[in-house]
Amino acid sequence: MATGTKPAGGVAAQHAAHTPETAIAIRVAGLWREFGERVALQDVSLELPHGRSLVVLGPNGAGKTTLLRVLATLLRPSGGEVSVLGCRLPREAWRVRGRIGYLGHEPLLYRDLTVVENLRFCARLHGLEDADGRIGELLERVGMASRAEELARNLSAGMAQRIAVCRTVLHDPELLLLDEPGAHLDPEASALVQPLIGPRPGRTRVTVTHDFRAALAQRGIALLLGHGGSVAYAGPCEGLSASRAEAVYRGRLR
Amino acid sequence: MRAFTAILAKDLRVELRTLQSVPGMVLFAVTTFVLFRFGLDRTSLEGSLAAGVLLATVLFAAILAVNRLFVAERDQGGLDAIRLAPVDPTAMFAAKVTALAVYLVVLEAITVPIFAVFFLDEWTALAPLALVLLLADLGLAATGALVSSLATGSRARDLIGPLLLLPLLVPVMIAAAGAADPLLAAGGPEYDRVATWLAVLGLYDVMFLLVGYGVFEFVLED
Repeated sequence: MATGTKPAGGVAAQHAAHTPETAIAIRVAGLWREFGERVALQDVSLELPHGRSLVVLGPNGAGKTTLLRVLATLLRPSGGEVSVLGCRLPREAWRVRGRIGYLGHEPLLYRDLTVVENLRFCARLHGLEDADGRIGELLERVGMASRAEELARNLSAGMAQRIAVCRTVLHDPELLLLDEPGAHLDPEASALVQPLIGPRPGRTRVTVTHDFRAALAQRGIALLLGHGGSVAYAGPCEGLSASRAEAVYRGRLR
Repeated sequence: MRAFTAILAKDLRVELRTLQSVPGMVLFAVTTFVLFRFGLDRTSLEGSLAAGVLLATVLFAAILAVNRLFVAERDQGGLDAIRLAPVDPTAMFAAKVTALAVYLVVLEAITVPIFAVFFLDEWTALAPLALVLLLADLGLAATGALVSSLATGSRARDLIGPLLLLPLLVPVMIAAAGAADPLLAAGGPEYDRVATWLAVLGLYDVMFLLVGYGVFEFVLED
């Protein structure tokens, strides 16, 4: 359940009060992240139960990607407390790595390896020694089986994104951190990857998106970050109006 | 161990496919030998001069590979991909050290015979010289991998890498030259003091491998 700097109130806060400790997938309390003089996130607090979906909204530079990278253990918090899947970060980052699937802005593919070599490399890092069956199945599902032996450097941005989705879910992670997963994808490709990264029982998802109208139409929890990385809203999607989100995007509301 | 083999196999596969490091190193070394041949106007070298020419050439050729060692990790997001996996970060250090050492061994397998053709009257020193070069390679690789990982986040990495690396490699140069000098002596190899210098080289290798093992995880952090 997401809560902002101040208690978000309403359904979100009530649910959080009754959620058992073990059912919390992500707990963030007073998170700050600075890059030199620039504050990317300030005093962000949220709780997300296992199996729920959180959508993170906000204008460019609001700290959405920074938040996702902190949760993925790729950035250390400058202050505050972060716990992911029961592990305190950054101290216990080693325990949570491998249980997270992270889809960032970059596909994280080696350009001089083929598609299948890239996925085999990731599979070996995750200890999936005999992963060819799983890799073949995923490539089939995203419509890229015929490109398996293609060098990653020869793929279009959309194709690379489809392979990046395969890499993200290859090890069947408990927690998906998705930073604009629809980037570069045409509607057909989006439809192909959606079953792989969409909601599923037992899987917790955090999705960064700019498409706030579509995001707010879903059932889930929303976190709206304003300019400067402060929390403008945290709570159920239905509690956030598109007009308010738009006002935050345009900088009229913080 | 699986992460070590996966990263090493990936690096060697990419090098075999792209030939981005080793051919450049070989070309650099051979060109440098040719320049020394004409610059010194000598058809034969021995002792400390021979050791200096050979080791300085290997050292500068190594910098080409050191600068490229983390390019794919930095530019293509490999660092994030590896950090997201449940693996010991020092496996990456070990894999990079091994990959760099392999490049250096290949470089020397090709260029030391060329050096011998250009400058040596007799080749009996080459076998014991191989041990000196092997220990020097390990020190170069351990220090090079550590410095390359440190410099990789910097915009001026091509400058910072060599600036950090060269002073750190002075002890390797001193010890390797000290061991190679008597081996390349006029009239055939001599073995006085060689064991002492080899011990110094070995100590340097162990020290920088341990330093790399200890700090690499923190170097990888943001």
